[in-house]
Amino acid sequence: MTAAIALHDVRRSFISRGGMFAPDRVVRAVDGVSASLDPGGVLGIVGESGCGKSTLARIILGLLPASAGEVLVEGRPLDALDRRKRARLIQPVFQDPFSSLNPRQRVRDIVALPLAAQGGVPAEERGRRVAAMLERVGLSAAMAERLPAELSGGQRQRVAIARALVLRPRIVVCDEPTSALDVSVQAQILNLLAELRRDLGLTLVFISHNLAVVEHIATEVAVMYLGRFVEQAPVEALFRDPRHPYTRALLASVLTPEPGKGIPEVGLGESYPDPANIPAGCRFHPRCPVAEGRCAEMAPVGVTQAGRMVECVLEG
Amino acid sequence: MNLSVRSLATTLGGVIVGGVLLVAIFAPLLAPHDPYAQDLMRRLVPPEWMGGTPLNPLGTDQLGRDYLSRLLYGARISMLIGTMAVVTSGAIGITLGVLGGYFGGRVDDMVMFVITTRLSIPLILVALTVVALVGSSLTVVVLTLGLLLWDRFAVVARTTTMQVRNLDYIAAAQAAGASRVHILLREVLPNIVSHLVVVATLEMALAILLEAALSFLGLGVPPPLPSWGLMIAEGKDYMFFSPWVIMIPGITLFVLVLGINLLGDGLRDLLGAGRRV
Amino acid sequence: MSPVLEVSNLRVRFGQTAAVRGVSLRIQRGESHCLVGESGCGKSVTALAVMGLLARGAERQADVLRFHDHDLSQLNERGMSRLRGDKLAMIFQEPMTSLNPAYTIGSQMTEVLARHRRIDRRAARERAAELLGRVGITAPGLRLGQYPHQLSGGLRQRVMIATALLCDPELLIADEPTTALDVTVQAQILRLLQRLQRELGLALLLITHDLGIVARMAQRVSVMYAGQVVESAPVKALFAAPTHPYTRGLLECIPVPGTSRRDLPLGSIPGTVPRIAPGFVGCGFRDRCAQAAEVCAGTVPTQRMADDHAYLCRLAPGWSAAA
Repeated sequence: MTAAIALHDVRRSFISRGGMFAPDRVVRAVDGVSASLDPGGVLGIVGESGCGKSTLARIILGLLPASAGEVLVEGRPLDALDRRKRARLIQPVFQDPFSSLNPRQRVRDIVALPLAAQGGVPAEERGRRVAAMLERVGLSAAMAERLPAELSGGQRQRVAIARALVLRPRIVVCDEPTSALDVSVQAQILNLLAELRRDLGLTLVFISHNLAVVEHIATEVAVMYLGRFVEQAPVEALFRDPRHPYTRALLASVLTPEPGKGIPEVGLGESYPDPANIPAGCRFHPRCPVAEGRCAEMAPVGVTQAGRMVECVLEG
Repeated sequence: MNLSVRSLATTLGGVIVGGVLLVAIFAPLLAPHDPYAQDLMRRLVPPEWMGGTPLNPLGTDQLGRDYLSRLLYGARISMLIGTMAVVTSGAIGITLGVLGGYFGGRVDDMVMFVITTRLSIPLILVALTVVALVGSSLTVVVLTLGLLLWDRFAVVARTTTMQVRNLDYIAAAQAAGASRVHILLREVLPNIVSHLVVVATLEMALAILLEAALSFLGLGVPPPLPSWGLMIAEGKDYMFFSPWVIMIPGITLFVLVLGINLLGDGLRDLLGAGRRV
Repeated sequence: MSPVLEVSNLRVRFGQTAAVRGVSLRIQRGESHCLVGESGCGKSVTALAVMGLLARGAERQADVLRFHDHDLSQLNERGMSRLRGDKLAMIFQEPMTSLNPAYTIGSQMTEVLARHRRIDRRAARERAAELLGRVGITAPGLRLGQYPHQLSGGLRQRVMIATALLCDPELLIADEPTTALDVTVQAQILRLLQRLQRELGLALLLITHDLGIVARMAQRVSVMYAGQVVESAPVKALFAAPTHPYTRGLLECIPVPGTSRRDLPLGSIPGTVPRIAPGFVGCGFRDRCAQAAEVCAGTVPTQRMADDHAYLCRLAPGWSAAA
């Protein structure tokens, strides 16, 4: 079976200009990511700020070219697809419901945009498909005439989902789709995504910093740190038995609603990850609670076994 | 300024600009005389309230031409110049600014180079050179102003485009397969228009004042056209004995520019361009 | 023992919106009290009302608004600004914007000390360095000379906490202090707050939307919805016996790692948070509540599950959905 998405050593750097008095810095936002996702699966990518997950999302969507490496969608290289073919295959849902909708357009035009961009879809059919999609995501037909400013955060996110699905794409990349929403609305949107995925046979890439949400919706999970996947595993395996020290730290930081348990000591120290200054050797070693001397000297190699991958010097 | 004072000011600005526009359009119907008709027997007649006659309510100038008629026809010149200069400079500046702001990189570097070059060119010297080479006329003035006044449009268009560029709805439009042309015209432009309208009103006021200055220096509209600036220039020799010859066009110029600025301020608030994009 | 903060029937109104409609709380010395709710519930407005930092155009009224023996509703701006930063301190959500980027950390901290204490510059710097060390920042001398943009989000938040503690406050109000931070940094900051509370006997009013934080940090919890406290209880009681339908709904919405049933949808609360106009009568939750009845449009009774566990609903204590 051809993978829905395959990433081969994808890299992306940016030059951060230093101005007159400081040197230019190279920011290695994505530093060699490889993964593959089967059709119908949900790849959850978790990581904290600076790990490069949003940059990776844009590369997968074809919005940003990779500096190196390859992205294959259903076996075909992404950069070989023209914009219309690509739009039929892969669509986004972004984090901020306020900035992901054009404030000057009505909902019906926003959702119709992918259809209009394809060309050759008569206005009447566009209207029909838009109305059908709005209903599918739980919005009333009256919403079509509204402007984004008149909608709540949850409603706007539904509009964004309707827009993403109106072309019936195979793959939807969700970049923190619920992080900006209230908890009660978050659950509504997650349920909607899960339901649509089942009904439409979608493959999802779901990016989030919230592990609990990822556990609920993902089938495969990749943990990202400073531009690389440091651990990948099927979801139950990852949460039951995390192998990489960073994964363990992330899981330990999740505050479950259990009173009396106090706040865990996560043991990561004070330094923070800076993609412009990636440490030599294992990139996690300055913060790692179990780092040894050799971790600063050798770069870890990913060890794959029984469908799981871990990139840790101590595991190799 | 609190809200009601601000809206009063805006209304006043709108009334002034609207008034001048109407006068400009209907000048032939409103003017009591032909603005070019000279009457050397009736030179420098004072305005009616200063001892003149109702035949020439605002008096006459040094060639006996009715001042009110000249003033009304002069409104046409000011409004024409203001509008045409803004349209031309707007077209140039907005295109450059949007392209530079959207594409960044080399394109933006070039746009910035062009803007910086333009900023180092002195307006009056260019006007002088152009007039020396081509002679002065209404068309020359409009083109000169239009080709020189686009820098503020370009800068504002570039900055606002850069802010909008990073918003998610642009990325969503790209992912939806929209062409670059569509994105620039339908996604970017409508969201920066409010800021550009404000620039347009300011540039219009500036164009009108510049035309008056150029005409005053003899580099603008040629006589006998009733440009307000030219009227001031022609009247300066009679300043002490017939002060109305300078004062009247001076005051109307001031009032028009004030009106445009008040309107522009109000539009900025109305369209929300004062807040961040 | 008189409470550090006592608020009774606080009401705040902005034009046509009643942001806070009768909030009462009481915080004892050394207690950590969490005010939890989603956006629009009025929790931040409550904190700003206590601090006297409401925007112009806000109308604030309360039966009681007392900090120790200071009647906050009678204090003018000068009186309030003497309390703020001194005995009554507040930290905010965005460490990026809470610090002035044009001044060094040291000068911002010493400014606070100079405002409230007669102290010379050297002693102020020493005190600032001492506090930075207290909040776990290494090389405090170096940090004092740095500018905010040179520090990470987590460090900036620590600096904010240190600044808040400079004058030994009795009450620290923290409005979503970790929402903008990564989850690993969040744990560090919360641990720090807990430790400081223990060491300094500091009362903490922690405002958050995250029930996980509430469970781990609070001794007492007040759940807010549409401008009112709909349930108030000691933390264990709240999680063991949530009574108000909103509290129950909220708890069902949260996915918990390890307990997730992937085939079942998450519990959710249909609808959205309403904006309440002044003069609104009845329960603000009734449009979203599965248990709503006619009587919910009238006055809603305050009932008790236990002496220290109150809630605002018509349903009897221990109700179940079948009722």
